[in-house]
Amino acid sequence: MRTLLLLALKNVRGAGLRTWLNVATLSFGFVTIVWMQGIYEGMMRQMVTAQIDTEYGGGQFWHKAFDPFDPLSFEDAHGEPGDALKKLVAEKKATPILLRTGAIFPNGRAQSVVLRGIEPTQEIVQIPGGVLLREGEALPGLIGKRMAEATGLKKGDTVTIRWRDVSGTFDATDVEVVEVMNIAVPGLDAGQLWLPLRTLRRLIGSAEATTLFVTEKGYVESHIEDPNFVWKNNDFLLSEERAIFESKKAFGYILYVILMAMGLLAVFDTQVLSIFRRRREIGTLMALGVTRSEVVGLFTLEGSLHGVLALFAGALWGIPILAHAAKIGIGLPKMSDNMGIAIGARLYASYAPQVLVVTLCVLLCSVVVVSFLPARRIAKMRPTDAIRGKG
Amino acid sequence: MENGLIIELKGVSKSFAIGGGREFLALKGIDLEIHQGEFTGLVGPSGSGKTTLLNLMGALDNATEGSVRVLGRNVESFSHTEAAHFRKESIGFIFQSFNLLPVYTVFENVEFPLLVAGVAAEERKKTVTQALEWVGLLDKMYSRPTQLSGGESQRVAVARAIVKKPRIILADEPTANLDAENSHNILRTMVKLNQQLGTTFVFSTHDQKVIDYLRRKITLVDGRLFKDEALTPKLAGNDK
Repeated sequence: MRTLLLLALKNVRGAGLRTWLNVATLSFGFVTIVWMQGIYEGMMRQMVTAQIDTEYGGGQFWHKAFDPFDPLSFEDAHGEPGDALKKLVAEKKATPILLRTGAIFPNGRAQSVVLRGIEPTQEIVQIPGGVLLREGEALPGLIGKRMAEATGLKKGDTVTIRWRDVSGTFDATDVEVVEVMNIAVPGLDAGQLWLPLRTLRRLIGSAEATTLFVTEKGYVESHIEDPNFVWKNNDFLLSEERAIFESKKAFGYILYVILMAMGLLAVFDTQVLSIFRRRREIGTLMALGVTRSEVVGLFTLEGSLHGVLALFAGALWGIPILAHAAKIGIGLPKMSDNMGIAIGARLYASYAPQVLVVTLCVLLCSVVVVSFLPARRIAKMRPTDAIRGKG
Repeated sequence: MENGLIIELKGVSKSFAIGGGREFLALKGIDLEIHQGEFTGLVGPSGSGKTTLLNLMGALDNATEGSVRVLGRNVESFSHTEAAHFRKESIGFIFQSFNLLPVYTVFENVEFPLLVAGVAAEERKKTVTQALEWVGLLDKMYSRPTQLSGGESQRVAVARAIVKKPRIILADEPTANLDAENSHNILRTMVKLNQQLGTTFVFSTHDQKVIDYLRRKITLVDGRLFKDEALTPKLAGNDK
């Protein structure tokens, strides 16, 4: 094996430009694939972190009538919690959120919104609710940047809101935008107006109304039985985002296959050409006592060495690029908000060691297989033909 | 091996398929004995079966009929791997077109059979240097085959064949690509090796320059052994 490796190294070195072209193509493929994996991994991680930090916490208790995809359900999806949930809130392990549909009238135009009541002093989710403690003539309201851009509202503006109370009666009042927050999760920003929980409860005429409870991060499911609320863990809550993410990732797989095919085709092509051009050499090796399987091994090893060299070359020029993507990140255009998942203004690549190891193993194994396939032909060559450059 | 008999062919025939279900009979019922230390040539026109016979002796091919015993072993019963091991241990080859490994230096080319045989690095260096000294190419040790003349390339091939000190060297048309002066140089080197190391040489040739050095000439015509004669070499290893 050591002899074969030495010979393969000499041959690979001796092949000169052909070797470096293959190594360059493969290393480009390797680095791009790892970079892409890192971007997707980072995207997933940022999305999960943002969702947990700002919306899901350690899981939620939903009112049994609540359906996040049906705003009409919001009218009835609220109720009073049982003692266990109240205790959880009192212990600051959960915070209540109330959702109602309504409308706002910025610049004289009507626009549907979801009114979100939140406890201003809560620390469970990263919503700057503290700004809602301000007292003034108009009710204090908090919106996100996307909402501000869509409605033309800015900090200090007053806007009229309209809603229906629990009896179905319409009412309206003015809300002053006390802050425009920067929040990664589009679903908590676009079309959302945040109000103090107590205020929203007063507006709809139900002092204890809650649509859902967000528990603290790391909350251990305690199987609270409540007649009105049901437990939803993060696996369930994140399933929609994961599905969206997976559909985005499909494009990545296509690119992955294209890049791999490009690199592997280069190796395959070199192998086929090499075996054709080196038939006389193959015959000589056999005459000198190298067995057929050793010659197959030698050529496979030569092809595989391209992969190993590409790994080193890729590490040399790729690590700075990969590190840059992880530390400095990539600035995202505004339109990336339309992707439907929470990423933020910058995307930071993340390289999970397991994913990295598996990816590199898959890449290397593919190179070995692609090197071996053409080399199998050698086993069928007759030494007498090969010596004369035939066969 | 009786009386230094190292190659023994009995009733050897070899046929090749040539398409359309037809066969070409390259060798027909060859009986032949070659002894230790011989300097023998298989002589005959193109297509007479010289190279085929050499390939059978070198375990590069199998006979269709008959038995081929080399160094007391039945070559035709070898598997591919056994044949490779046999060649590695016992046979040296010299080819018409040198067949040097292009990416290796002269030293590495000569070192190759020892590397395959698993000889230690120190021993390899010593033996390769000795072989290159024999063929007078010590000064070209680090040259590549592309930097050598035809004569030098063939001397490297000779060094590669002798480096592991095989009992038998099979040389297929070794002077076919060489001019007269280089041919004589190579042949003198071979005669010297034959005399000093006792290596058995079997040539396949129709070159008169080679024939002039032979001590035994086996003439093949149409795959049959036509004549087997002892010769007095016209040229000896030390003659100019």
